Amino acid sequence: MNLTQKLNMEWLGNVRGDVLAGIVVALALIPEAIAFSIIAGVDPMVGLYASFCICLVIAFIGGRPGMISGATGAMALLMITLVADHGLEYLLAATILTGILQLLFGVFKLASFMKFIPRSVLIGFVNALAILIFTSQLQHFVGETWIMYSLVALTLLIIYILPRFTKAVPSTLVAIVVVTAIAIFMNAGVRTVGDMGALSQTLPIFALPNIPLTFETLAIIFPYALALAIVGLLESLLTASIVDDMTDTESDKNKESRGQGIANMVTGCFGGMAGCAMIGQSVINVKSGGRGRLSSLVAGVVLMFLIIVLGSVVVQIPMAALAGVMIMVSIGTFDWSSLRNLHKIPRTDATVMVVTVGTVVYTHDLSKGVLAGVVLSAIFFAMKISKVKVESSLESKTIKVYRVRGQLFFASVTDLLESFNFNDDVKKVIIDVSGAHLWDDSAVGAMDKIESKYEQKGIEVVIRGLNKESSLLMDKIGGLSKASGH
Amino acid sequence: MFSKLVLATDGSDHSHRAADKAIELAKLSGNASIEIIYVVDGSKSKSDVLQYGDTATVTKKREEMLSIFSNKIAGEGIPSSIKILHGVPAETIIKHVNDNNFDCLILGSRGRSRVQTMILGSVSHKVMKYVKAPVLMVK
Repeated sequence: MNLTQKLNMEWLGNVRGDVLAGIVVALALIPEAIAFSIIAGVDPMVGLYASFCICLVIAFIGGRPGMISGATGAMALLMITLVADHGLEYLLAATILTGILQLLFGVFKLASFMKFIPRSVLIGFVNALAILIFTSQLQHFVGETWIMYSLVALTLLIIYILPRFTKAVPSTLVAIVVVTAIAIFMNAGVRTVGDMGALSQTLPIFALPNIPLTFETLAIIFPYALALAIVGLLESLLTASIVDDMTDTESDKNKESRGQGIANMVTGCFGGMAGCAMIGQSVINVKSGGRGRLSSLVAGVVLMFLIIVLGSVVVQIPMAALAGVMIMVSIGTFDWSSLRNLHKIPRTDATVMVVTVGTVVYTHDLSKGVLAGVVLSAIFFAMKISKVKVESSLESKTIKVYRVRGQLFFASVTDLLESFNFNDDVKKVIIDVSGAHLWDDSAVGAMDKIESKYEQKGIEVVIRGLNKESSLLMDKIGGLSKASGH
Repeated sequence: MFSKLVLATDGSDHSHRAADKAIELAKLSGNASIEIIYVVDGSKSKSDVLQYGDTATVTKKREEMLSIFSNKIAGEGIPSSIKILHGVPAETIIKHVNDNNFDCLILGSRGRSRVQTMILGSVSHKVMKYVKAPVLMVK
């Protein structure tokens, strides 16, 4: 397939499906972009501009056609303290830096490093994200009236019950329209989007963040940018795999990393907050028939068009309706099957998942949760793999054989040494390592130690069955060892 | 008559009983073959990718699950094939069965939980209504 054909297929292979799905996604994006802005503590426009810019840029340079990116909860949750302490301009600068980091990640083809993040950490990440989105809504309930509670309940009822009768219109949209209409006509006096911040009906304009270009600024934004870059790519590449599976096609993960990076750089220059791919929206897109690049473009354009045309209506959406939508988003984000499987999966995996969730909920920082999960998994892995088995038997009256099985490295050498009895009353000890692998200098050092301890007692030591890599390692580091065949 | 059969499964106990009946039906006609179909929807994609990591492993796990069915059918000397489809379960089954001129669709009566059925509706009910071929629903 040549380039023109490929472009044609990615853009024009599914025009009708892409346009329809793009419109559906745009409608679903608006309330989320506004709600995520409110979570981050910025004006609704910041999230809307982000979703608009990211959708547009990703449509052209993303690696996974059919995937939808925009302002997300995962990213918004990471920005809260930066916005509160330093303000919007620093957030925009951090967004641009996030983009640069993600671009580098993609250029150096680091997507394959994702495999070092264990699945139980990913599941913990998604579940923690769902919990944080849910708890971020609780503030809207504080000191509210029963009117607000019943509007939230009504929103949820419509969202979940309507699809039973018709799937022609997205139930979230119907819920928002109905609840907004009720609030306006009843003059209910509930808080609205307009109370949370300004909504300008203009296109975003290019402007570099107004910050001092000093090392101090970098020191402030870098930790945030790094966390944003990691979490953004994590969710984007996870979403890409889900879209791969849903559409039964492959995608270029490094291209997607570069695309996410450029999209965030552009967004930061146009007054938008950092974003990434959205699992929920991508699923909606594919379900609604979106497969190509066109759907993301249509979603972005329609979103901006609706804000410019209907901005005055959008500010009247009650927070109750948004809270309802966000509760739906958090229920949809949570991986419920992981709860059902919790008692079936290995206990260590379950622990990693729970610790990841616990760390995130405690620190309100998804990147810290991922780090804790990865470190704990590494420790568990080292514990599991560091189990060595040593069996001994007498070959004759004066010769004893030790058979070592397992991985010999820094974490397993203590167990190894304890398995040898240096008071053996024999002339010769054979250490059979054909079932073992030596990985590092600790392993070689342990073998040397065993040899010298026996030799102090006048017992000859023979090591046999070293595999190729292990003997290369011993040649390299274990120069003093006599029994290794020199 | 009843030589090109299709068995819709979701891996549940009900679909195992449906498989047994599909085998009985295939034996009656002598030269029948059974296609096993499995539909993956959006939420299944999400939870499977989360659980197994990459798409290659996910596909392998699904094929392993379906091979229980194909082995059972092969054990009775009946030719079978596996097809994994993507989409909304009911609609996808209906389209696949109607497009491929099957003689009979065999499916289990209930895979979803009661709550899911209340919200999402019953897959088998919808399928029975819109599939053109005869449907054997196994209780």
